[in-house]
Amino acid sequence: MSLLQVQDLTVSAGARELVHGVSFDLRPGERLGLVGESGSGKSLTAMAIVGLLAPGLTAGGSVLLDGQQMIGRPDRDLVRLRGAVASVVFQDPRSALDPLMRLGDQLAAPIRRRAVREGRALSSAQLRAEQIRWLDRVAIPEPDRILRAWPHEVSGGQRQRIAIAMALACGPRLLIADEPTTALDVSSQAEVLDLLGGLVRDEGLSLLFISHDLPVVARICDRVVVMRQGRAVEEGPTARVFTDPQDPYSQGLVAAARRLQSALENPA
Amino acid sequence: MRRNLWIGAVLVGLNAAVAALTLVWLPYGPTEMSGGRLSPPSWAHPAGTDRLGRDYLTQVMIGARIAMTVGIGAALLGGLIGTTLGVLAAFARRGLDDALAATLDILIAFPTLLLAMLVVAASDGASLWTAILAIGLAMSAIIARLVRILTKRVLAQDYITAARCSGLGWGKITIAHILPNILPTVMVAVALQFGLAVIAEASLSYLGLGTPPPNASWGQLLQQAQSTVFRAPMGVIAPGLALISLVLGINFLADGLRDLMDADEEIQP
Ligand SMILES: Nc1ncnc2c1ncn2[C@@H]1O[C@H](COP(=O)(O)OP(=O)(O)OP(=O)(O)O)[C@@H](O)[C@H]1O
Ligand SMILES: [Mg+2]
Repeated sequence: MSLLQVQDLTVSAGARELVHGVSFDLRPGERLGLVGESGSGKSLTAMAIVGLLAPGLTAGGSVLLDGQQMIGRPDRDLVRLRGAVASVVFQDPRSALDPLMRLGDQLAAPIRRRAVREGRALSSAQLRAEQIRWLDRVAIPEPDRILRAWPHEVSGGQRQRIAIAMALACGPRLLIADEPTTALDVSSQAEVLDLLGGLVRDEGLSLLFISHDLPVVARICDRVVVMRQGRAVEEGPTARVFTDPQDPYSQGLVAAARRLQSALENPA
Repeated sequence: MRRNLWIGAVLVGLNAAVAALTLVWLPYGPTEMSGGRLSPPSWAHPAGTDRLGRDYLTQVMIGARIAMTVGIGAALLGGLIGTTLGVLAAFARRGLDDALAATLDILIAFPTLLLAMLVVAASDGASLWTAILAIGLAMSAIIARLVRILTKRVLAQDYITAARCSGLGWGKITIAHILPNILPTVMVAVALQFGLAVIAEASLSYLGLGTPPPNASWGQLLQQAQSTVFRAPMGVIAPGLALISLVLGINFLADGLRDLMDADEEIQP
Protein backbone atom coordinates (compact mmCIF):
# COMPACT_ATOMS: atom_id res chain seq x y z
CA MET A 1 0.00 0.00 0.00
CA SER A 2 1.15 3.54 -0.65
CA LEU A 3 2.47 5.68 2.15
CA LEU A 4 1.39 8.74 0.24
CA GLN A 5 -1.35 9.00 -2.34
CA VAL A 6 -1.86 12.37 -4.01
CA GLN A 7 -4.90 12.67 -6.21
CA ASP A 8 -5.92 15.72 -8.23
CA LEU A 9 -4.26 18.05 -5.77
CA THR A 10 -4.97 21.73 -6.37
CA VAL A 11 -3.63 24.75 -4.50
CA SER A 12 -5.24 28.15 -4.87
CA ALA A 13 -4.60 31.64 -3.63
CA GLY A 14 -8.14 33.04 -3.52
CA ALA A 15 -9.58 32.62 -7.01
CA ARG A 16 -6.18 32.02 -8.62
CA GLU A 17 -5.23 28.37 -8.99
CA LEU A 18 -1.49 27.75 -8.65
CA VAL A 19 -1.33 23.96 -8.73
CA HIS A 20 -3.75 22.34 -11.18
CA GLY A 21 -4.54 18.78 -10.20
CA VAL A 22 -1.33 16.89 -9.51
CA SER A 23 -1.43 13.14 -8.81
CA PHE A 24 1.26 10.68 -7.76
CA ASP A 25 1.97 7.85 -5.33
CA LEU A 26 4.84 7.15 -3.00
CA ARG A 27 5.46 3.67 -1.62
CA PRO A 28 7.26 2.96 1.65
CA GLY A 29 11.02 3.11 1.14
CA GLU A 30 10.69 4.76 -2.26
CA ARG A 31 12.56 7.94 -3.19
CA LEU A 32 10.61 10.27 -5.44
CA GLY A 33 12.00 13.42 -7.03
CA LEU A 34 9.86 16.46 -7.82
CA VAL A 35 11.63 18.48 -10.51
CA GLY A 36 10.72 21.60 -12.36
CA GLU A 37 11.67 25.20 -12.92
CA SER A 38 11.30 27.88 -10.29
CA GLY A 39 7.66 28.71 -9.64
CA SER A 40 6.34 25.44 -11.05
CA GLY A 41 4.54 24.62 -7.79
CA LYS A 42 6.91 22.07 -6.24
CA SER A 43 7.00 23.63 -2.78
CA LEU A 44 3.26 24.30 -2.77
CA THR A 45 2.61 20.65 -3.61
CA ALA A 46 4.90 19.48 -0.82
CA MET A 47 3.42 21.83 1.78
CA ALA A 48 -0.13 20.91 0.80
CA ILE A 49 0.71 17.26 1.45
CA VAL A 50 1.52 17.93 5.09
CA GLY A 51 -1.18 20.63 5.52
CA LEU A 52 1.32 23.43 6.05
CA LEU A 53 0.36 25.87 3.30
CA ALA A 54 0.94 29.54 4.07
CA PRO A 55 -2.11 31.48 5.29
CA GLY A 56 -4.33 32.52 2.39
CA LEU A 57 -3.62 29.38 0.36
CA THR A 58 -6.15 26.55 0.15
CA ALA A 59 -5.76 22.99 -1.07
CA GLY A 60 -8.29 20.83 -2.89
CA GLY A 61 -8.37 17.27 -4.13
CA SER A 62 -7.17 14.40 -1.99
CA VAL A 63 -3.97 13.61 -0.12
CA LEU A 64 -3.83 10.32 1.77
CA LEU A 65 -0.82 10.30 4.06
CA ASP A 66 -0.50 6.91 5.75
CA GLY A 67 -4.16 6.37 4.96
CA GLN A 68 -5.29 9.65 6.55
CA GLN A 69 -6.95 12.39 4.52
CA MET A 70 -4.90 15.57 4.95
CA ILE A 71 -7.07 17.95 2.92
CA GLY A 72 -9.79 19.87 4.72
CA ARG A 73 -8.78 18.65 8.17
CA PRO A 74 -8.47 21.12 11.06
CA ASP A 75 -4.91 21.88 12.10
CA ARG A 76 -5.46 20.32 15.52
CA ASP A 77 -5.82 16.85 13.96
CA LEU A 78 -2.98 17.39 11.53
CA VAL A 79 -0.42 18.12 14.25
CA ARG A 80 -0.77 14.57 15.56
CA LEU A 81 -0.91 12.91 12.15
CA ARG A 82 2.09 14.74 10.77
CA GLY A 83 4.26 14.24 13.84
CA ALA A 84 4.33 10.48 13.49
CA VAL A 85 4.59 10.32 9.72
CA ALA A 86 6.39 13.17 7.99
CA SER A 87 9.25 15.62 8.47
CA VAL A 88 10.56 18.45 6.29
CA VAL A 89 13.94 19.97 5.56
CA PHE A 90 14.18 23.28 3.71
CA GLN A 91 16.57 25.15 1.52
CA ASP A 92 17.78 28.07 3.60
CA PRO A 93 20.33 27.17 6.29
CA ARG A 94 19.91 30.62 7.84
CA SER A 95 16.30 30.01 8.78
CA ALA A 96 16.60 26.27 9.45
CA LEU A 97 17.32 26.73 13.16
CA ASP A 98 16.10 29.02 15.92
CA PRO A 99 18.84 31.66 16.31
CA LEU A 100 18.17 32.03 20.03
CA MET A 101 18.33 28.39 21.06
CA ARG A 102 21.42 26.27 21.62
CA LEU A 103 21.87 23.50 19.07
CA GLY A 104 21.67 20.85 21.78
CA ASP A 105 18.27 22.11 22.95
CA GLN A 106 16.97 22.22 19.39
CA LEU A 107 18.09 18.68 18.70
CA ALA A 108 16.65 17.51 22.03
CA ALA A 109 13.12 18.63 21.14
CA PRO A 110 12.34 16.05 18.40
CA ILE A 111 14.11 13.30 20.38
CA ARG A 112 11.86 14.03 23.37
CA ARG A 113 8.75 14.22 21.20
CA ARG A 114 9.49 10.85 19.71
CA ALA A 115 10.03 9.33 23.15
CA VAL A 116 6.73 10.77 24.37
CA ARG A 117 4.92 9.51 21.30
CA GLU A 118 6.34 6.02 21.74
CA GLY A 119 5.64 6.11 25.48
CA ARG A 120 9.31 5.74 26.40
CA ALA A 121 10.87 7.38 29.45
CA LEU A 122 14.01 9.29 28.49
CA SER A 123 16.69 9.89 31.10
CA SER A 124 19.04 12.80 30.59
CA ALA A 125 21.89 10.38 29.95
CA GLN A 126 19.82 8.63 27.27
CA LEU A 127 18.89 11.97 25.76
CA ARG A 128 22.53 12.97 25.56
CA ALA A 129 23.49 9.66 24.01
CA GLU A 130 20.78 10.13 21.39
CA GLN A 131 21.92 13.67 20.65
CA ILE A 132 25.49 12.50 20.14
CA ARG A 133 24.36 9.56 18.04
CA TRP A 134 22.41 11.86 15.72
CA LEU A 135 25.31 14.29 15.35
CA ASP A 136 27.49 11.34 14.50
CA ARG A 137 25.02 10.09 11.92
CA VAL A 138 25.06 13.45 10.14
CA ALA A 139 28.87 13.43 10.32
CA ILE A 140 29.34 16.38 12.66
CA PRO A 141 32.52 16.18 14.73
CA GLU A 142 33.10 17.65 18.23
CA PRO A 143 29.60 16.89 19.55
CA ASP A 144 30.33 18.48 22.94
CA ARG A 145 31.13 21.85 21.43
CA ILE A 146 28.31 21.66 18.88
CA LEU A 147 25.62 20.80 21.43
CA ARG A 148 26.51 23.88 23.45
CA ALA A 149 26.92 26.16 20.41
CA TRP A 150 24.48 28.70 18.97
CA PRO A 151 23.37 28.42 15.33
CA HIS A 152 25.51 31.39 14.25
CA GLU A 153 28.61 29.59 15.53
CA VAL A 154 28.45 26.77 12.97
CA SER A 155 28.66 26.71 9.17
CA GLY A 156 25.72 26.66 6.78
CA GLY A 157 26.44 23.05 5.85
CA GLN A 158 26.53 22.06 9.51
CA ARG A 159 23.28 23.87 10.19
CA GLN A 160 21.66 22.03 7.31
CA ARG A 161 22.91 18.70 8.68
CA ILE A 162 21.56 19.49 12.11
CA ALA A 163 18.22 20.36 10.52
CA ILE A 164 18.32 16.96 8.80
CA ALA A 165 19.17 15.27 12.10
CA MET A 166 16.22 17.05 13.76
CA ALA A 167 13.88 16.03 10.94
CA LEU A 168 14.92 12.37 11.23
CA ALA A 169 15.14 12.28 15.04
CA CYS A 170 11.38 12.51 15.42
CA GLY A 171 11.13 9.20 13.64
CA PRO A 172 9.14 9.96 10.48
CA ARG A 173 8.41 7.47 7.72
CA LEU A 174 8.43 10.18 5.06
CA LEU A 175 11.05 12.87 4.69
CA ILE A 176 10.24 15.86 2.50
CA ALA A 177 13.39 17.68 1.43
CA ASP A 178 12.72 20.97 -0.36
CA GLU A 179 15.97 21.84 -2.15
CA PRO A 180 18.01 21.09 0.99
CA THR A 181 21.34 21.63 -0.75
CA THR A 182 20.65 24.51 -3.13
CA ALA A 183 22.05 27.17 -0.81
CA LEU A 184 25.28 25.28 -0.12
CA ASP A 185 28.57 25.40 -2.00
CA VAL A 186 29.26 22.56 -4.43
CA SER A 187 31.38 20.36 -2.16
CA SER A 188 29.11 20.54 0.91
CA GLN A 189 26.19 20.09 -1.49
CA ALA A 190 27.52 16.70 -2.60
CA GLU A 191 28.34 15.73 0.99
CA VAL A 192 24.93 16.62 2.37
CA LEU A 193 23.24 14.92 -0.56
CA ASP A 194 25.10 11.63 -0.09
CA LEU A 195 24.50 11.83 3.64
CA LEU A 196 20.79 12.34 3.11
CA GLY A 197 20.61 9.48 0.62
CA GLY A 198 22.44 7.17 3.00
CA LEU A 199 20.28 8.05 6.00
CA VAL A 200 17.06 7.59 4.08
CA ARG A 201 18.26 4.18 2.87
CA ASP A 202 19.43 3.08 6.33
CA GLU A 203 16.21 4.12 8.03
CA GLY A 204 14.09 2.69 5.25
CA LEU A 205 12.30 6.01 4.80
CA SER A 206 10.33 7.32 1.89
CA LEU A 207 11.77 10.48 0.44
CA LEU A 208 10.09 13.27 -1.47
CA PHE A 209 13.00 15.23 -2.85
CA ILE A 210 12.38 18.60 -4.48
CA SER A 211 14.88 20.19 -6.80
CA HIS A 212 15.18 22.05 -10.06
CA ASP A 213 18.46 20.25 -10.64
CA LEU A 214 17.93 17.04 -12.63
CA PRO A 215 21.39 15.49 -12.01
CA VAL A 216 20.93 15.98 -8.26
CA VAL A 217 17.60 14.19 -8.41
CA ALA A 218 19.09 11.41 -10.56
CA ARG A 219 21.73 10.86 -7.90
CA ILE A 220 19.29 10.17 -5.10
CA CYS A 221 15.82 9.25 -6.45
CA ASP A 222 14.26 6.11 -7.93
CA ARG A 223 11.43 7.90 -9.67
CA VAL A 224 10.70 11.48 -10.76
CA VAL A 225 7.70 13.68 -11.37
CA VAL A 226 8.42 16.61 -13.67
CA MET A 227 6.34 19.69 -12.92
CA ARG A 228 5.73 22.74 -15.04
CA GLN A 229 3.44 25.68 -14.35
CA GLY A 230 1.49 23.86 -11.67
CA ARG A 231 1.05 20.61 -13.62
CA ALA A 232 2.81 17.26 -13.55
CA VAL A 233 3.93 16.86 -17.16
CA GLU A 234 5.81 13.57 -16.86
CA GLU A 235 6.34 10.78 -14.38
CA GLY A 236 8.54 7.70 -14.45
CA PRO A 237 11.64 5.88 -13.20
CA THR A 238 14.59 8.26 -12.99
CA ALA A 239 16.68 6.31 -15.46
CA ARG A 240 13.88 6.23 -18.04
CA VAL A 241 13.03 9.92 -17.76
CA PHE A 242 16.71 10.74 -17.93
CA THR A 243 17.44 8.64 -21.03
CA ASP A 244 14.12 8.79 -22.84
CA PRO A 245 12.05 11.83 -21.79
CA GLN A 246 8.59 11.88 -23.39
CA ASP A 247 7.34 15.40 -22.67
CA PRO A 248 8.95 18.23 -24.68
CA TYR A 249 9.59 20.17 -21.47
CA SER A 250 11.38 17.21 -19.84
CA GLN A 251 13.37 16.75 -23.03
CA GLY A 252 14.52 20.34 -22.72
CA LEU A 253 15.47 19.84 -19.07
CA VAL A 254 17.45 16.70 -19.84
CA ALA A 255 19.20 18.28 -22.82
CA ALA A 256 20.18 21.29 -20.72
CA ALA A 257 21.49 19.05 -17.95
CA ARG A 258 23.53 17.03 -20.48
CA ARG A 259 24.99 20.16 -22.04
CA LEU A 260 26.05 21.37 -18.61
CA GLN A 261 27.52 18.01 -17.74
CA SER A 262 29.59 17.75 -20.94
CA ALA A 263 30.72 21.36 -20.53
CA LEU A 264 31.98 20.46 -17.07
CA GLU A 265 33.64 17.24 -18.24
CA ASN A 266 35.31 18.67 -21.37
CA PRO A 267 36.23 22.26 -20.62
CA ALA A 268 36.83 24.03 -23.92
CA MET B 1 28.21 52.90 23.27
CA ARG B 2 27.08 51.75 26.70
CA ARG B 3 26.82 55.42 27.77
CA ASN B 4 23.10 55.64 27.01
CA LEU B 5 22.43 52.60 29.10
CA TRP B 6 24.37 54.02 32.05
CA ILE B 7 22.83 57.49 31.97
CA GLY B 8 19.40 55.90 31.70
CA ALA B 9 20.04 53.43 34.49
CA VAL B 10 21.27 56.18 36.83
CA LEU B 11 18.33 58.52 36.14
CA VAL B 12 15.70 55.80 36.37
CA GLY B 13 17.46 54.23 39.34
CA LEU B 14 17.42 57.56 41.15
CA ASN B 15 13.70 57.97 40.60
CA ALA B 16 13.06 54.39 41.62
CA ALA B 17 15.17 54.83 44.76
CA VAL B 18 13.27 57.99 45.74
CA ALA B 19 9.97 56.22 45.07
CA ALA B 20 11.03 53.32 47.28
CA LEU B 21 12.26 55.70 49.98
CA THR B 22 8.85 57.38 50.24
CA LEU B 23 7.41 54.06 51.41
CA VAL B 24 9.49 54.26 54.59
CA TRP B 25 10.54 57.87 55.00
CA LEU B 26 9.39 61.35 53.98
CA PRO B 27 10.84 64.72 55.06
CA TYR B 28 7.36 65.83 56.20
CA GLY B 29 3.87 64.43 56.24
CA PRO B 30 2.14 64.80 52.88
CA THR B 31 -0.50 67.16 54.31
CA GLU B 32 1.60 68.65 57.08
CA MET B 33 1.70 72.46 56.94
CA SER B 34 5.27 72.62 58.03
CA GLY B 35 6.37 76.06 56.84
CA GLY B 36 5.22 79.49 55.76
CA ARG B 37 3.08 79.89 52.65
CA LEU B 38 5.05 79.82 49.38
CA SER B 39 8.32 80.16 51.21
CA PRO B 40 11.46 80.09 49.01
CA PRO B 41 13.96 77.21 49.19
CA SER B 42 15.73 76.89 52.53
CA TRP B 43 17.56 74.20 54.50
CA ALA B 44 14.30 73.10 56.08
CA HIS B 45 12.45 73.10 52.75
CA PRO B 46 14.97 72.56 49.88
CA ALA B 47 12.27 73.10 47.27
CA GLY B 48 10.21 75.63 49.22
CA THR B 49 6.57 75.26 50.24
CA ASP B 50 3.22 75.52 48.48
CA ARG B 51 0.47 78.00 49.19
CA LEU B 52 -0.76 75.99 52.15
CA GLY B 53 2.73 75.78 53.62
CA ARG B 54 3.28 72.14 52.64
CA ASP B 55 6.80 70.97 51.75
CA TYR B 56 7.35 70.75 47.97
CA LEU B 57 10.18 68.21 48.18
CA THR B 58 7.88 65.81 50.03
CA GLN B 59 5.26 66.18 47.32
CA VAL B 60 7.75 65.72 44.48
CA MET B 61 9.04 62.57 46.17
CA ILE B 62 5.52 61.19 46.44
CA GLY B 63 5.08 62.12 42.80
CA ALA B 64 8.03 59.90 41.92
CA ARG B 65 6.28 56.97 43.59
CA ILE B 66 3.09 57.62 41.67
CA ALA B 67 4.93 58.04 38.37
CA MET B 68 6.83 54.79 38.87
CA THR B 69 3.69 52.93 39.97
CA VAL B 70 1.66 54.09 36.99
CA GLY B 71 4.58 53.57 34.61
CA ILE B 72 5.31 50.04 35.78
CA GLY B 73 1.63 49.15 36.13
CA ALA B 74 0.74 50.43 32.67
CA ALA B 75 3.84 48.82 31.13
CA LEU B 76 3.01 45.44 32.67
CA LEU B 77 -0.66 45.66 31.72
CA GLY B 78 0.04 46.96 28.23
CA GLY B 79 2.88 44.49 27.70
CA LEU B 80 0.81 41.49 28.79
CA ILE B 81 -2.41 42.36 26.97
CA GLY B 82 -0.51 43.60 23.93
CA THR B 83 1.69 40.53 23.63
CA THR B 84 -1.25 38.16 24.08
CA LEU B 85 -3.40 39.96 21.51
CA GLY B 86 -0.53 40.32 19.06
CA VAL B 87 0.38 36.63 19.16
CA LEU B 88 -3.28 35.62 18.83
CA ALA B 89 -3.77 37.96 15.87
CA ALA B 90 -0.69 36.52 14.17
CA PHE B 91 -2.11 33.00 14.57
CA ALA B 92 -5.65 33.90 13.62
CA ARG B 93 -7.27 33.08 10.31
CA ARG B 94 -7.04 35.75 7.65
CA GLY B 95 -10.43 37.39 8.31
CA LEU B 96 -10.10 37.54 12.07
CA ASP B 97 -6.53 38.75 11.78
CA ASP B 98 -7.57 41.57 9.43
CA ALA B 99 -10.37 42.56 11.82
CA LEU B 100 -8.00 42.58 14.79
CA ALA B 101 -5.40 44.59 12.89
CA ALA B 102 -8.00 47.20 11.90
CA THR B 103 -9.28 47.41 15.49
CA LEU B 104 -5.74 47.96 16.72
CA ASP B 105 -5.16 50.72 14.18
CA ILE B 106 -8.31 52.48 15.33
CA LEU B 107 -7.34 52.08 18.99
CA ILE B 108 -3.90 53.48 18.27
CA ALA B 109 -5.36 56.46 16.43
CA PHE B 110 -7.61 57.09 19.44
CA PRO B 111 -5.91 59.63 21.75
CA THR B 112 -4.75 58.17 25.06
CA LEU B 113 -6.19 61.10 26.98
CA LEU B 114 -9.63 60.62 25.48
CA LEU B 115 -9.49 56.92 26.30
CA ALA B 116 -8.45 57.82 29.84
CA MET B 117 -11.40 60.19 30.21
CA LEU B 118 -13.71 57.39 29.06
CA VAL B 119 -12.22 54.99 31.60
CA VAL B 120 -12.54 57.59 34.37
CA ALA B 121 -16.11 58.33 33.34
CA ALA B 122 -16.95 54.63 33.29
CA SER B 123 -15.48 54.00 36.75
CA ASP B 124 -16.47 55.84 39.91
CA GLY B 125 -13.90 58.61 39.70
CA ALA B 126 -10.24 59.10 39.03
CA SER B 127 -7.70 57.01 40.91
CA LEU B 128 -4.30 55.45 40.49
CA TRP B 129 -6.02 52.40 39.01
CA THR B 130 -8.04 54.24 36.40
CA ALA B 131 -4.82 55.91 35.26
CA ILE B 132 -3.00 52.57 35.03
CA LEU B 133 -5.96 50.94 33.26
CA ALA B 134 -6.42 53.74 30.74
CA ILE B 135 -2.74 54.12 29.91
CA GLY B 136 -2.14 50.37 29.91
CA LEU B 137 -5.03 49.81 27.46
CA ALA B 138 -3.80 52.50 25.11
CA MET B 139 -0.34 50.99 25.30
CA SER B 140 -1.53 47.44 24.68
CA ALA B 141 -2.79 48.39 21.23
CA ILE B 142 0.63 49.68 20.22
CA ILE B 143 2.43 46.66 21.64
CA ALA B 144 -0.10 44.29 20.04
CA ARG B 145 0.49 45.76 16.60
CA LEU B 146 4.23 45.36 17.00
CA VAL B 147 3.97 41.83 18.41
CA ARG B 148 1.68 40.75 15.58
CA ILE B 149 4.25 41.76 12.98
CA LEU B 150 7.19 40.31 14.91
CA THR B 151 5.34 37.04 15.43
CA LYS B 152 4.47 36.75 11.76
CA ARG B 153 8.10 37.23 10.92
CA VAL B 154 9.10 34.38 13.26
CA LEU B 155 6.27 32.18 11.95
CA ALA B 156 7.59 32.54 8.41
CA GLN B 157 10.90 30.94 9.39
CA ASP B 158 11.60 27.44 8.11
CA TYR B 159 12.40 26.04 11.53
CA ILE B 160 8.83 26.78 12.64
CA THR B 161 7.35 24.95 9.68
CA ALA B 162 9.75 22.07 10.25
CA ALA B 163 8.78 21.91 13.94
CA ARG B 164 5.08 22.00 13.09
CA CYS B 165 5.56 19.23 10.55
CA SER B 166 7.19 17.04 13.15
CA GLY B 167 4.23 17.49 15.47
CA LEU B 168 4.93 20.53 17.66
CA GLY B 169 1.69 22.30 18.61
CA TRP B 170 1.06 26.05 18.58
CA GLY B 171 1.28 26.47 22.33
CA LYS B 172 4.72 24.94 22.54
CA ILE B 173 5.90 26.82 19.47
CA THR B 174 4.85 30.05 21.12
CA ILE B 175 6.72 29.31 24.33
CA ALA B 176 9.82 27.73 22.86
CA HIS B 177 10.37 29.86 19.77
CA ILE B 178 8.12 32.88 19.38
CA LEU B 179 8.34 34.54 22.79
CA PRO B 180 12.13 34.27 23.11
CA ASN B 181 12.59 35.69 19.62
CA ILE B 182 10.24 38.65 19.97
CA LEU B 183 10.99 39.49 23.60
CA PRO B 184 14.08 41.70 23.14
CA THR B 185 12.29 44.00 20.70
CA VAL B 186 9.11 44.00 22.75
CA MET B 187 11.08 44.94 25.85
CA VAL B 188 12.56 48.00 24.16
CA ALA B 189 9.11 49.01 22.96
CA VAL B 190 7.64 48.55 26.43
CA ALA B 191 10.46 50.65 27.91
CA LEU B 192 9.70 53.46 25.47
CA GLN B 193 6.01 53.14 26.31
CA PHE B 194 6.89 53.35 29.98
CA GLY B 195 8.28 56.86 29.31
CA LEU B 196 5.15 57.81 27.39
CA ALA B 197 3.03 56.41 30.22
CA VAL B 198 4.75 58.70 32.72
CA ILE B 199 4.01 61.69 30.50
CA ALA B 200 0.43 60.51 29.95
CA GLU B 201 -0.07 60.18 33.71
CA ALA B 202 1.27 63.70 34.23
CA SER B 203 -1.14 65.00 31.57
CA LEU B 204 -4.05 63.11 33.12
CA SER B 205 -3.41 64.43 36.60
CA TYR B 206 -2.78 67.92 35.22
CA LEU B 207 -6.33 67.68 33.91
CA GLY B 208 -7.51 66.38 37.28
CA LEU B 209 -8.01 62.82 35.99
CA GLY B 210 -5.10 61.27 37.85
CA THR B 211 -4.60 60.30 41.45
CA PRO B 212 -6.60 62.49 43.82
CA PRO B 213 -4.87 64.64 46.53
CA PRO B 214 -3.11 64.41 48.90
CA ASN B 215 -1.03 61.87 46.98
CA ALA B 216 -0.39 64.37 44.24
CA SER B 217 1.41 63.35 41.10
CA TRP B 218 3.76 65.66 39.24
CA GLY B 219 1.14 66.74 36.76
CA GLN B 220 -1.12 67.85 39.55
CA LEU B 221 1.72 69.70 41.28
CA LEU B 222 2.41 71.53 38.05
CA GLN B 223 -1.22 72.42 37.70
CA GLN B 224 -1.50 73.70 41.27
CA ALA B 225 1.71 75.70 41.05
CA GLN B 226 1.00 77.41 37.76
CA SER B 227 -0.97 80.29 39.26
CA THR B 228 1.91 81.13 41.60
CA VAL B 229 4.71 80.44 39.14
CA PHE B 230 6.21 83.94 39.46
CA ARG B 231 6.12 84.13 43.25
CA ALA B 232 7.30 80.56 43.81
CA PRO B 233 8.92 79.18 40.64
CA MET B 234 10.23 76.10 42.47
CA GLY B 235 6.70 74.76 42.53
CA VAL B 236 6.93 74.28 38.76
CA ILE B 237 10.66 73.69 38.42
CA ALA B 238 10.89 70.85 40.95
CA PRO B 239 8.18 68.54 39.55
CA GLY B 240 9.13 69.59 36.02
CA LEU B 241 12.75 68.54 36.51
CA ALA B 242 11.68 65.33 38.19
CA LEU B 243 9.39 64.49 35.27
CA ILE B 244 12.08 65.29 32.71
CA SER B 245 14.71 63.25 34.57
CA LEU B 246 12.53 60.16 34.63
CA VAL B 247 11.28 60.38 31.04
CA LEU B 248 14.74 61.14 29.67
CA GLY B 249 16.19 58.37 31.78
CA ILE B 250 13.71 55.85 30.41
CA ASN B 251 14.42 56.90 26.86
CA PHE B 252 18.16 56.63 27.38
CA LEU B 253 17.60 53.20 28.89
CA ALA B 254 15.51 52.08 25.91
CA ASP B 255 18.11 53.41 23.47
CA GLY B 256 20.85 51.65 25.41
CA LEU B 257 18.94 48.37 25.30
CA ARG B 258 18.46 48.71 21.58
CA ASP B 259 22.17 49.42 21.02
CA LEU B 260 22.97 46.35 23.04
CA MET B 261 20.66 44.23 20.88
CA ASP B 262 21.99 45.62 17.62
CA ALA B 263 25.50 44.75 18.78
CA ASP B 264 24.30 41.22 19.51
CA GLU B 265 22.66 40.94 16.13
CA GLU B 266 25.86 41.82 14.31
CA ILE B 267 27.40 38.56 15.46
CA GLN B 268 24.64 36.63 13.76
CA PRO B 269 24.59 36.28 9.97
N1 LIG C 1 1.63 32.43 -0.41
C1 LIG C 1 1.46 32.55 -1.74
N2 LIG C 1 0.49 33.36 -2.23
C2 LIG C 1 0.32 33.49 -3.56
N3 LIG C 1 1.07 32.87 -4.47
C3 LIG C 1 2.05 32.05 -4.07
C4 LIG C 1 2.30 31.86 -2.68
N4 LIG C 1 3.35 31.01 -2.55
C5 LIG C 1 3.73 30.71 -3.81
N5 LIG C 1 2.96 31.32 -4.73
C6 LIG C 1 3.07 31.18 -6.20
O1 LIG C 1 2.86 29.84 -6.55
C7 LIG C 1 3.72 29.45 -7.59
C8 LIG C 1 4.44 28.18 -7.22
O2 LIG C 1 5.26 28.42 -6.08
P1 LIG C 1 6.23 27.31 -5.46
O3 LIG C 1 6.85 27.93 -4.26
O4 LIG C 1 5.51 26.05 -5.28
O5 LIG C 1 7.34 27.15 -6.59
P2 LIG C 1 8.58 26.17 -6.62
O6 LIG C 1 8.34 25.21 -7.72
O7 LIG C 1 8.82 25.63 -5.27
O8 LIG C 1 9.75 27.16 -7.04
P3 LIG C 1 11.24 27.28 -6.50
O9 LIG C 1 12.05 26.29 -7.25
O10 LIG C 1 11.62 28.67 -6.86
O11 LIG C 1 11.21 27.04 -5.03
C9 LIG C 1 4.65 30.62 -7.86
O12 LIG C 1 4.21 31.26 -9.03
C10 LIG C 1 4.47 31.50 -6.67
O13 LIG C 1 4.57 32.85 -7.05
MG1 LIG D 1 10.27 26.02 -3.73
